[in-house]
Amino acid sequence: MGSSGERLFEGADWDFQTLQRIHDACEEIARKELGLDVYPNQIEVITAEQMLDAYSSVGMPLFYKHWSFGKQFAFQEASYRKGLMGLAYEIVINSSPCISYLMEENTATMQTLVIAHAAFGHNHFFKNNYLFKQWTDADGILDYLEFAKGYIAACEDRHGRETVERTLDAAHALMSHGVDRYPGKKTLDLRAEEKRAGERRQHEEAVFNDLWRTVPNAKAKSKATLTAERRRALLGLPQENILYFLEKTAPRLAPWQRELIRIVRHIAQYFYPQGQTKVMNEGTATYVHYRIMSRLHQQGRITDGNFLEFLQSHTNVVFQPEFDDRRYSGFNPYALGFAMMQDIERIVKTPEDEDRDWFPDIAGKGDVEGVLREIWSNYRDESFINQYLSPALIRRFRMFHLHDDPAESQGIKVDAIHDERGYRRVRRELARQYDVGFVDANIEVMDVDLDGDRRLMLRHTTVKGAQLNETDTRRVLQHLADLWSYDVALTEVDGTDKVLKEYVVSPRAAAVAA
Amino acid sequence: MVMHIVDRRLNPGSKSLENRQRFLRRAKALVQGAVKKSSQDRDIKDVLEGGEVTIPLDGMDEPRFRREGGTRDMVLPGNKKFVEGDWLQRPNQSGAKGSGAGEGDSEDAFRFVLSREEFVDLFLDDLELPDLAKRKLAETESEGIRRAGYATSGSPANISISRTVSRALARRVALRRPRKDDIEALEAELAECEDETRRRELLTLLEGLKAKVKRIPFIDPIDIRYRRFETVPKPVAQAVMFCLMDVSGSMSEHMKDLAKRFYMLLYVFLKRRYKHVEIVFIRHTDRAEEVDEDTFFHGPASGGTLVSSALVAMNDIVRTRFRPADWNIYAAQASDGDNMTSDSGLTGQLLTDKILPVCQFFAYLEVGEAANYTFDMPDSSLWTLYERLRNEGEPLSMRKVSERGEIFPVFQDLFKRRTASQERV
Repeated sequence: MGSSGERLFEGADWDFQTLQRIHDACEEIARKELGLDVYPNQIEVITAEQMLDAYSSVGMPLFYKHWSFGKQFAFQEASYRKGLMGLAYEIVINSSPCISYLMEENTATMQTLVIAHAAFGHNHFFKNNYLFKQWTDADGILDYLEFAKGYIAACEDRHGRETVERTLDAAHALMSHGVDRYPGKKTLDLRAEEKRAGERRQHEEAVFNDLWRTVPNAKAKSKATLTAERRRALLGLPQENILYFLEKTAPRLAPWQRELIRIVRHIAQYFYPQGQTKVMNEGTATYVHYRIMSRLHQQGRITDGNFLEFLQSHTNVVFQPEFDDRRYSGFNPYALGFAMMQDIERIVKTPEDEDRDWFPDIAGKGDVEGVLREIWSNYRDESFINQYLSPALIRRFRMFHLHDDPAESQGIKVDAIHDERGYRRVRRELARQYDVGFVDANIEVMDVDLDGDRRLMLRHTTVKGAQLNETDTRRVLQHLADLWSYDVALTEVDGTDKVLKEYVVSPRAAAVAA
Repeated sequence: MVMHIVDRRLNPGSKSLENRQRFLRRAKALVQGAVKKSSQDRDIKDVLEGGEVTIPLDGMDEPRFRREGGTRDMVLPGNKKFVEGDWLQRPNQSGAKGSGAGEGDSEDAFRFVLSREEFVDLFLDDLELPDLAKRKLAETESEGIRRAGYATSGSPANISISRTVSRALARRVALRRPRKDDIEALEAELAECEDETRRRELLTLLEGLKAKVKRIPFIDPIDIRYRRFETVPKPVAQAVMFCLMDVSGSMSEHMKDLAKRFYMLLYVFLKRRYKHVEIVFIRHTDRAEEVDEDTFFHGPASGGTLVSSALVAMNDIVRTRFRPADWNIYAAQASDGDNMTSDSGLTGQLLTDKILPVCQFFAYLEVGEAANYTFDMPDSSLWTLYERLRNEGEPLSMRKVSERGEIFPVFQDLFKRRTASQERV
C-alpha cells in the first residue's frame, strides 16, 4: 500500500493497460486490507447492444435458444430505446474464472467502481457464501451451459423445433418448483454405517427396560395404508421438486425430454442462491467497492474529481425512496445491504450500549473485516436480516410494519414502528419477506393413483390465506399434465387441511409426451 | 493472480437475433394482424419504415404459480407520523401498492419495435409472385459457371500454374532432388581442384547427383492440376417493371395517387424477390412517351386517350432494352378506363400477340373517383375489352379501386399465395 500518489488514470479515457492497473490496485486493497478470497478474474469489454443481448439470456454468456428470451429482448429493447430503462454498468457471472462484463461507454472512474464492485465484491461472495458453495459449481457452469445449448440444438434438429419448444415451455412454467431446497442425505459409506449401527445398539442397551414389553401395542396399520405408504416411499413422495419428480417418474416422456427437464432444473438450481442473497450479495459488493474507492482516493491514486464522480453514482445506487414516494418499489437491496454492512462496521468499531445488548458477539470486537467475512460466508438474506438488522438502522430507515387482513373492515393496521416495542417485530417481518419458504408457493406432489387412472395429485398448502391465481394455475397445470400425460389434480388446503379449492386438468390431445 | 481482459466488442452482435426470430415466428399470426392494422393508417412510404406494434399477450404468456389475496404483512421505510395501533384507510383497489400491481400492466398487451425488414417481411409474407410458365423456362435456360476446386484432368487452358508448381516443389523436396546451386558449386570446385583423388570423388558425386536430377523431373505429370469448373443454373435475378398510366385530362389527382400507391407496393414487392429491379414509366394520352418518375406522376398533360400507343411504346422498349430471356417483366397499367372505341381492336391485338407473351404478370388497375363505389360504376370501355380478353384465357389480372384503403386489399388479393397444389417450390 506504499505505492501512493501515482495516479491510475487521468480524465475519463481508459485503455486495456489502464484496466490492468486498476485491477491490480483494487486487488492489492481487496486482498491485503479486506482479506478477500476471489476466483481468478476475467474482464470482458462489451457494447451496449451486447449488454442488451446478455440481459435477455439471463446474463449468461451462452444460453440455449428459446422464444421467451426473444420476447424479453424485444420488450427490453423497446423500453431501452424509449429511454425508460438504463442499462446496468456491469454483469458478473458466478463462474471460475469469474467473468465481469464492462460496458465500453463507462468512464475510467466507472470502470474502477465496476471492477471493485463485481470483480472483487461479488466475486468474493460467490466464492465464499455457503449457499453458492452448496448449490452451484462455478468451475462447471460454463461447460454445462455449452452442453445444454448443444444438446437442445441437437434435439431440435432431430425431433423438430416445435416439439422441443413445447417441452421447454412446460418445463419453464414449472421452473420455480424445480429446485431442491435442502441438500439431500449423503449415503453413508460402509464404515460409517457400521459405526452408526454400533452406536444404536449401545443406545438400546443403555436404555433397555423390560417394562416396555408389557405395554399394549397400538392398532396395526391396515394393509391398504401400508401399500399406500410403501408406494409413496418408493416414488420418493411427498416431493416438492416437481421437475425432478417428472424427470424421474413421468411415465411417457422420451429420454431426451427427461434430459431437457433436467437442464431446466439444473439452471433453476444454479440461480436458486442468487434469489436468496440479493441484499447480502449487493450489500457486500457495494461495501467492498466503497472501501476500495475510498482507499484509492486516500492513496491519491484517483483524483478528487474522480472521487466525486464515483460518489455521485454511488449515492444513486444506494438511494432508498420512502414508501410514499412515487419511485418506491420495495426495499432497494443495494441500499439496505450497504447500510447493514456499514452498520455492522460501526457496531464492531464503536458500539453504543444498545448495540452491546443486541449484538454481544460482535460489538466492540475490533476486527471489522473478519466479522464481515464471517457473515458473508454463513448467512442468506433472511437469516442475515433476522440476525443483524439493528435498532439504530430501523430508526434510520424509519421502518414500520403494516398488517393487512382483508377480513378487517377498519383498514390496514400499523402493527409495529421503530420503537422499543416494535424493533423485534419489524425485524422478524422484514426477514420473512426474504424467506424463500414464504416467497414461493408451497406445492408438493403428494401421490400418484397407480391403481386407477395414474392421476398425479398435488397439494398447495396456503400461507396466510393467499391462494393461487386461477388462470395462471390452470395454464401451468396444463403444461404439467402434458408432461405427465395423464390427469393432474391440485388441491389447495389451509393449515388445518381444510380443502379450499380443487383443480383437475387433463393432458391435451397433442400432448408433449404423446 | 493473473487477470485476463477480453475485448468482446468486435464479436458478432445480435446474439439474441435467433431468439427474437423465434419469438416473431411464434407470435406470427398476432404480429401479422398488428402489422396489417398499423399499415392501414400509414402512407406507403412509411410502410417501409418498420416501427412499433402492439400484440395481445394471449398465447405468448409464460404462466407461473402465482399467489394472490390473503393476509399481507409488509415492512416499509419512511414512517413519518404513524404510531403502533393506527388504522390506515385502504387505498382504492386501483392504487393498491405492493405486489401484483406491476404484473397487471403487461397482462393485456405487449409492445415492441419491428425493424424495417421484419415489417416488410411480415407485411408481404402471405403474398407470392404468380409463377408463370415462362419464368421457369427462363430460370433453367441460362446457366452460369462456377469455380469448383481442382481436378487431375482437364483442358490445357485450365492448368492451374500455382497449384501445379507448389505440388511439384513439395514433391521435389520430399524426394530430395539435388538443387541446381549445389551442383554448380560442386562443378566449380571440380574445376579448381588439383588433387586427383578428390577430383574422382567429386566426379562420382556429381554423376550421382546428375542422374538423380534426371530421375526426378522438375515437373511431373502427377503434379499437374487443372482448375475445375461446374455449371450452375443461374436464376434470372433481375426484373423490370413497366408502369403504364393514362394521364389524359380525365385522370384526376386522386386517381394518380391511387395508381402511385399501387406502383410503390409493386416495387417494394419486386424488390424483395429480385436483386435488381428497373422501373420504366410510360405515360400516354393519345401519344405515349417514356418519362422519369416525377414527370410521370406530376407532369401536366392533356389530350385524347389511345391505350395502344402505350403498348406500342412498351413493346419497343422491351425489344430494344429488356431481352425477355434475361429479364422478368412485370407491367401494371392504371387508367380510368376511357379509351377511343376505334382503338380497342389494336389494343387487344397488341396485348395478346406482343405484350402478354413476354410478361410474367400484367395487372390492370382501374381507378375511380373517391365518391364512386366501384360496384356502381358502369364497366368502362377498357374494362370491357380486358374482361373479354381474360375470358378468352389471357393471363390478365384486373381490379377496380376508388379508395385509398382499398389499395392494400386489392394488392394482397392479386398476389395472394395460391393453394398448395398450385404452389411451386
